[in-house]
Amino acid sequence: MSAARRCRPPRALAGLFVWRLRNTGVSQIPCRFVHLYRVANNRLITFQYFNFLKRMYVTQCNKDLSQRAKPKMDSVVSPFHELQQLDQEKKAVHKISPVSPVHQLESETSSRNELREMKSAAETEDSVIPVGAESKEDRQWKEMKLRLDDLPGVLARLSKSKLTALVVSTTSAGFAMAPVPFELTCFLLASLGTGLASCAANSINQFFEVPFDSNMNRTKNRPLVRGQISPLLAVCFAASCGIPGIALLTLGVNPLTGALGAFNIFLYTCCYTPLKRMSIANTWVGAVVGAIPPMMGWTAATGSLDAGALLLGGILYSWQFPHFNALSWGLREDYSRGGYCMMSVTHPGLCRRVALRHCLALIGLSAVAPVLNITTWTFPIISLPINLYISYLGFRFYRDADRSSSRKLFFCSLWHLPLLLLVMFTCKKSVLEKEDKGNLPRGSHETAMEIRLP
Amino acid sequence: PPAHSHSDWIGPPDKHSNLRPVIFYVPPQESALERRLREARQEAQASNQRFWARHNRAFLQEKEEFIYSRLKAKGLEMRDESGQKATLNAEEMADFYKDFLNKNLKKHLQYNRDWYKRNFRITFLMGQVALVRALRWLRWRKKNVEQ
Repeated sequence: MSAARRCRPPRALAGLFVWRLRNTGVSQIPCRFVHLYRVANNRLITFQYFNFLKRMYVTQCNKDLSQRAKPKMDSVVSPFHELQQLDQEKKAVHKISPVSPVHQLESETSSRNELREMKSAAETEDSVIPVGAESKEDRQWKEMKLRLDDLPGVLARLSKSKLTALVVSTTSAGFAMAPVPFELTCFLLASLGTGLASCAANSINQFFEVPFDSNMNRTKNRPLVRGQISPLLAVCFAASCGIPGIALLTLGVNPLTGALGAFNIFLYTCCYTPLKRMSIANTWVGAVVGAIPPMMGWTAATGSLDAGALLLGGILYSWQFPHFNALSWGLREDYSRGGYCMMSVTHPGLCRRVALRHCLALIGLSAVAPVLNITTWTFPIISLPINLYISYLGFRFYRDADRSSSRKLFFCSLWHLPLLLLVMFTCKKSVLEKEDKGNLPRGSHETAMEIRLP
Repeated sequence: PPAHSHSDWIGPPDKHSNLRPVIFYVPPQESALERRLREARQEAQASNQRFWARHNRAFLQEKEEFIYSRLKAKGLEMRDESGQKATLNAEEMADFYKDFLNKNLKKHLQYNRDWYKRNFRITFLMGQVALVRALRWLRWRKKNVEQ
């Protein structure tokens, strides 16, 4: 169960330790590493320690994230949100202290671990190395009975609550960019509906993928894998989130948003999830899944799918590719063994080309925004530096095709999107100018509070 | 799991398949429906275990062979002077991952179909069992209230 089982070439590990000295706070793709940098600057870092820390965070991390927007996409996205939480890490440090005797043993074995490339479950050394109290507990037999006080945590993990929060923030970005006066109730209904729909989709995704999740390091601590909840309950939870969510969107906001929400759930659970194991086309489908929430936000506000919605969707669609392709570059072993068809494994050249192509597309799309009267012309100008930077990293990834460039690109994508959306919002074209030709807001609610935007 | 327990128990992940084995509780008055559910779950568990254990073992074995052949081509030994295992970097391993995935694609497609069918069937049976139990409990409560 230790992360030493992951394939870790020594070169990358050398990079790992160099990073520690640089203390940039970024790390290899598994997010658990990053905590170590901030926590244990001088200690020899071992994989067991990483894995152990990660488990601490699974139930601690809340939605307090610095980045706003993240599309509802590949489940791969979720662990990385933990990167942004300095506070939680401090909390975790205290929890780890009782396990200090573990470290001495770990540092002895760490040098051996460095060269271990085998993700061998049968390796005897793994069983010898103590991995801390929590994983000891993990090795015991547990009763498969649902405990009510555990339920909220389990459901949060089942519905990938952090990812859902980011999807909701993408939707609110779409809502905010719509050229209509802001209505609070509509906004809240749209956000709630989208959040519920996202919970449902994520739960169904986990329901489908139990044996695959148990084989991949990143996902093996999910509730269904660990037997903390039964599949029946997971499906019921998904239904009880999805049906009210879509109903809320259809009746409380407008039918178009509801239809988009239902379509997105369908696309994610019935197209993307099975397709992940059949062909590399899953990445494109997943990009559409991520692009739909902001469009839903837009339609919630305006009631129609106009060019602005498509542009926002397009920006998120293009963003998915550098984000996911860079991420999947480091997970090739797990994907290969787990049977997932990803570009990074089967068509590496295409993977990098597509990532670069879409970084450049982002520049183009940003330039189109003022043409469609969504933002002023300051938007492409201000966003040019960040778009150029991500394109530069995309180019480096394309040319170098190694771990460090993929990591750099991935981490850049994490802050690039929220920043881009923020800049877009600040450059939004004034609503007052469009009052004459403005669309009538949708909805059947009478208690709308109208807040005029400057 | 203790003898007096009335629920299923789930254990640590298996070494080869990474799946967690479940020991199913057999109630003394198991209905036919409940028995069908339990047997379906046991069968799925066994089938999954077989598949993944074999698959993972094949992966490790082929990976070793690949590393060995590549190292040999480079003129290196499996273990260097300090006795530690020599490894290849990520880019060299990428070829292996690509081949392995392509080779096993058909196997995975077949397994996926099986797994989805089993999963749906088990969940549906769980739903039926839960419904029957709920009705039974309601009937029992009604009887108690009437008394």
